[in-house]
Amino acid sequence: MKSPALLTTEDVTPRSHFALYWTFAHAWVLAKRRLTQIPRRPDELLLATLQPTMLVLLFRYVFGGAILVPGTSYANYLMAGVFVLASLLSSLATGIGLATDLQQGLIDRFRSLPMAHSAVLTGRTLADLVRDVFVVLVIWAVGLLVGFRPAGNPLAWLAATGFLLLTTFAFSWLAILLGLVLSSPEAVQGASLVIFYPLLFGSNAFVPTSTMPDWLRAFADHQPISVVMSAVRGLLLNQPDAAAIGQALAWCVGLLVIFIPLAALVYRRRTAR
Amino acid sequence: MAKTPAILAEGLYKAYGKTHALDGLDLVAEEGTVLGVLGPNGAGKTTAVRILTTLARPDRGRAEVAGLDVVKHARTVRERIGLSGQYAAVDELLTGYENLKMFGQLYRLPGAVAKRRAHDLLERFDLVEAAGRVVKTYSGGMRRRLDLAASLIISPPILFLDEPTTGLDPRGRFAMWEVIRDLAAQGTTVLLTTQYLEEADYLATLIVVIDQGRVIAQGTADELKTQIGGERLELTVALSSDLNVALQVVRPYSSGEIQIDRERRHLAVPVTNGAKLLAAIVRDLDGAQIALSDLALRRPTLDDVFFSLTGRAVSEAEPPEEARLQRSKR
Repeated sequence: MKSPALLTTEDVTPRSHFALYWTFAHAWVLAKRRLTQIPRRPDELLLATLQPTMLVLLFRYVFGGAILVPGTSYANYLMAGVFVLASLLSSLATGIGLATDLQQGLIDRFRSLPMAHSAVLTGRTLADLVRDVFVVLVIWAVGLLVGFRPAGNPLAWLAATGFLLLTTFAFSWLAILLGLVLSSPEAVQGASLVIFYPLLFGSNAFVPTSTMPDWLRAFADHQPISVVMSAVRGLLLNQPDAAAIGQALAWCVGLLVIFIPLAALVYRRRTAR
Repeated sequence: MAKTPAILAEGLYKAYGKTHALDGLDLVAEEGTVLGVLGPNGAGKTTAVRILTTLARPDRGRAEVAGLDVVKHARTVRERIGLSGQYAAVDELLTGYENLKMFGQLYRLPGAVAKRRAHDLLERFDLVEAAGRVVKTYSGGMRRRLDLAASLIISPPILFLDEPTTGLDPRGRFAMWEVIRDLAAQGTTVLLTTQYLEEADYLATLIVVIDQGRVIAQGTADELKTQIGGERLELTVALSSDLNVALQVVRPYSSGEIQIDRERRHLAVPVTNGAKLLAAIVRDLDGAQIALSDLALRRPTLDDVFFSLTGRAVSEAEPPEEARLQRSKR
């Protein structure tokens, strides 16, 4: 450890700017950090795509033969469910990543810096959307390989994809909240079983809700995941369901309106202990 | 009027559940000095650092860093401090260079300045070759150096180092000491927590010893040593019949009361300047034809300081493992 001085004579005082400038600048810095990490964790990316792929194969070839859906092939019916499932898994990964940062003490360092602290959350959620695009594209490819044939307008398919990303983004804020509260990646994974699985399987993802008992059906028809799936399915199969689209949008916006401020609040509170 | 101290804590109190992490802690560090905070695990060192670096709020009491209240002016305080923790907090998936550049940008430096500073620090900390490797592949010592480098990006006037050498090998520890001395020589105020008396002795202008969230002693290293006794020559004779003769031989060299343990044929002789006396003592013992089974010069350790101040061993002061893990999560 020799030569250049530890302390520099160069001007290294933190610069001044409008707070909003730093909100965006630092969100970009931390989004870039996350985007640099993603290709260096091929295992994470593989898991995010492999899990939905396995489900496609399982339902398409093992259970699919025994499930009848009205009006379309099971491969066509199934894909909306798998897309949404993959979106939920992706959003969960966002919360797990944040919990990992907390556990490793990185968040403490961030908090000791004179930075825009919202960037810790926004940078991560936004960068993870890029990964989600990749995941969705992979699942599109898998779907086409197993006989998924979307119908109608490609613009509607694009809208369906956009819907999926919006859903991921909305749920990633719930996952961020879980990460902040539980602060261990394993705990976030565990909690997701309790929160995400009922939403996933108590839905129209894999079977039409008409076969369910009344109490379950009432839940399954109206919970956000089912509504998003109906909207996405309609867009993919040329049977757009305006009511479902409206409700799904409302759910996503509602989740964002509730969980963004809540996550921000918990981030400030949790880290001020 | 007296100058504003760089670091000031008055009556800090902080509880986590039923654990009183801090129980009325007072600290003062004048500008340009190194304050050594010495204490066993669980004494409240890390909690104190967390409050002073705006990471935690005190339940009661107040603290100022660079003359600014750490709760009311947290943001401005963050522009004046560097923090390097016990667990190296750098991004494992980024390279050393990417880490420093990112932290520079988050310190609100323009991109070009952040890059230049990253290069300079990598060079200064001997990490140029590893600059392009992800941190996951670094050794413990390299990570620690990178972590310290990250805390020096804005050349902060006040630096907090929470157990900077815990877990380092002797070479790494010495290198870290040199850096800290260098920083202090350039006028940086340093608050350093440590479990090693030797480290505090080597680096600190002033040492405070804390236990159960309170200061139990403070002073310069010399003052503390006088209070607790300095070096000791410890010897064990091979035959118990030699013990009395050995006692006669070493008595003239002793600077205080000699402790005698007949059962273990053991003498503990307080000495000053023991290294110089050692040869003479060995010669005299040899002349008296006394066979030794053990001879050592011991400097006081945290254990000795602690024992003489509290009458308890360090191990008794440490909370059970589980409580410590809980704490480290925070």
